Amino acid sequence: MQIRPTTTEKIAKFIIWTISILVVLLLFFIVTFILIKGIPTLTWEFLTQNPASSGREGGILSTIVSTLLVTMVAIIVATPFGVGTAFYLTEFTHESKATRIIRFSAESLAAIPSIVYGLFGFIFFVIFLKLGWSVLSGGLTMAVMILPTIIRTSEEAILSVPAQYREVSFSLGGSKWQTITTAVLPSAFPGIATGVILGIGRCVAETAAVILTAGSSIHMPNSFFDPARTMAVHFYIMAREGISMERAYGTAALLVIIIFFINLMANMIVNRFVAKSR
Amino acid sequence: MSKPSKIIARNLNFHYGEKQAIKNLNLEISANEIFALFGPANSGTTTFFRALTRLCDLDPHTKVEGQILLDGKDIRDADVSVTELRRKIGMVFEEPTALPMSIFDNIAYGLRLSGIKDKNLLKERVETALKLTVLWEEVKDRLDTPALRLSGGQQQRLCIARTLAMSPDIIVLDRPCAALDPISTLKIEESLQLLKNQFTIIIIPHSIQQAGRISDKAGFMLYGEMIETGPTRELFTNPKDQRTNDYITGRFG
Amino acid sequence: MNIKKEKNLRRAFFFIALSTLSVLAIITLFIFFEGIPLINKVGVFKFLFGMKWAPSQGLYGIFPMIIGTLSVTLGAALIGVPVALCVSIFLTEFAPKQIRMFMRSTIQLLAGIPSVVYGFWGLTFIVPFIRDYLGGPGLSILAGSLILAIMILPTIISISEVSLLALPGLYKQGSLALGATHWQTIWRVLIPAAKSGIMAAIILGIGRAIGETMAVIMVLGNAVALPNSILDPARTLTTNIGIEMGYASGDHQQALFATGIVLLVMIMILNSAAQYIVRKK
Repeated sequence: MQIRPTTTEKIAKFIIWTISILVVLLLFFIVTFILIKGIPTLTWEFLTQNPASSGREGGILSTIVSTLLVTMVAIIVATPFGVGTAFYLTEFTHESKATRIIRFSAESLAAIPSIVYGLFGFIFFVIFLKLGWSVLSGGLTMAVMILPTIIRTSEEAILSVPAQYREVSFSLGGSKWQTITTAVLPSAFPGIATGVILGIGRCVAETAAVILTAGSSIHMPNSFFDPARTMAVHFYIMAREGISMERAYGTAALLVIIIFFINLMANMIVNRFVAKSR
Repeated sequence: MSKPSKIIARNLNFHYGEKQAIKNLNLEISANEIFALFGPANSGTTTFFRALTRLCDLDPHTKVEGQILLDGKDIRDADVSVTELRRKIGMVFEEPTALPMSIFDNIAYGLRLSGIKDKNLLKERVETALKLTVLWEEVKDRLDTPALRLSGGQQQRLCIARTLAMSPDIIVLDRPCAALDPISTLKIEESLQLLKNQFTIIIIPHSIQQAGRISDKAGFMLYGEMIETGPTRELFTNPKDQRTNDYITGRFG
Repeated sequence: MNIKKEKNLRRAFFFIALSTLSVLAIITLFIFFEGIPLINKVGVFKFLFGMKWAPSQGLYGIFPMIIGTLSVTLGAALIGVPVALCVSIFLTEFAPKQIRMFMRSTIQLLAGIPSVVYGFWGLTFIVPFIRDYLGGPGLSILAGSLILAIMILPTIISISEVSLLALPGLYKQGSLALGATHWQTIWRVLIPAAKSGIMAAIILGIGRAIGETMAVIMVLGNAVALPNSILDPARTLTTNIGIEMGYASGDHQQALFATGIVLLVMIMILNSAAQYIVRKK
């Protein structure tokens, strides 16, 4: 006996709707669980005090600062290289063996597990360059890690700029540099910014690579050469060692909120730009 | 007495990779007239513009042989600055390409590229350019609004104004009215008639009718070859070549 | 003058692009440089297929971890892939616009949440659930697979959604015009047409599962023994590094780098496969 197509359609639709709804509910559950458990801890004191007695007491100020510093180093280093590579691939060269190799390495970099970046950062920045466990080592490791994200999003953004914009600039006597800065960059900017913001998100969320390169010192870093503990690492240690569940949840909730706002910002930049030019 | 030739092409050959897009082209265009370069699709008209403006340099697969002389000077000589050349030859594309910025910034775009920063000068040149394309009255109160909000016809006149603002010697227009409605087309054609006193204009018309309406001289191209050139009226009423006749009378194309 | 400037500009950008390439080379070089001596010392075969990992006794066999990685990843793929495909079909074919926008941002958020948070959530909910209802210690391959299945959803959903959206609308119209139902169109026309994109999405998702460390550390139990069932604890290649890197030194540290080599090779093979599939199209 053959099942009628319309029956199959009904069953398939039912399954797809159910699973999709369940997935959304699950995601919601994960997020609200963290928020409900953590938000009560998120007081002004918690955010502005340094941790005390290895995290059992006090707040998380030093980990917030550490996260900011590591992220800053990563973004400052990765953005020019990432955007520059994207511009080279799109504006300065035509499809060739060289571009294929560069693109392949960017794709491969994107696939490398974060723990391997941790190993690399440890042996290269911490040991070989003698930077020790430090904000700098952590930031540089993260810079390498987010490089492919920035390259890919920037490349997409640049490619989506209509070719005519470039021709207009050239036909009016614009040089290559002028064409890139005045005709391509403004239109590609939101996409590039989105890539950078997503890179920030990855820096904030990363644990494995950071713990091996920036260390896990709970103290406030005084310079870029001091070891540091980012919020994600702090959460990991607190939760795994069962030091203070309350404070672990608080840290996790703050992380989720930050990631939420980072995503919001990325979406807003894109929408705002689309609205502005039309 | 005949006017001196502004542009002379001599034995021009143009290759896109394997494909030859222009075959042994010879052409003379005088100053202060409208020259219509027409022919069916892929006949090499647009390619000629790209060779003339050297926009083809951007594509490494192209190869140019022969000469294009502008005021007697080969545009591909080593001492010719490409940017200077392109400022001298304003190009208008088939698709209206307003850039995603305000109307004012669009017109001032090329001027700024050439290093003009003086605000009053920019304002003056923008106004002049907009008046030349009869767009001024329509947009003078909203120069700050995004140019992409203008209608297609207005955008195309904006693009013409943008090239005019550079005070070029020559304006080349590649099917500027192909995407436009008849009324916008008429407006553009009118302003071209006014402009020819100051500029040399070469246009690839989107139809034979347009070529007949607006041009003083015309050249018919087919598959990369220049079949015939001459004063438009003569070419249209009494073509020497059978192929020109066939095309004009609508037998093909 | 002008031409020279342009040339220098191109050269500058070329060197920037070259640095990206060299980064990959440096990473590979340093990891291999650190790990290879130990592999030579132990022997490739004994390292890859050795059953015993006891750094204090100088025994470095990572076979149980290879099995651990493969089984957790397989589990994650078996659970995660069908779910992700359902959701991407839902997003492209069924979801009303508002719901679609909402789900997209939720999934985006999901992709950004730190993996440790997932691990911890798994530790709080999934692990006790397995322990109480299915038996065993709870910390298990099943728990790891479930967490990874959730974590790879965003990767697979977003990439396969893109490839489904990229299909020309005519495919769908053509099929519907022939009298096919919506579902027949999806199943027989759209999915086959987007196959290469979906395959790439799955492979990249699997790559993410293999590479994940912190979430897995928290729910897998990390025992270095060959697991007998999906309810047994296990250790993956990544967790091996994550757990022991903190205190390892000498040969032991090198052995962890050697583990990294194995991981790197696995990922490179997968990644090349994904790129090959995408390009073949």
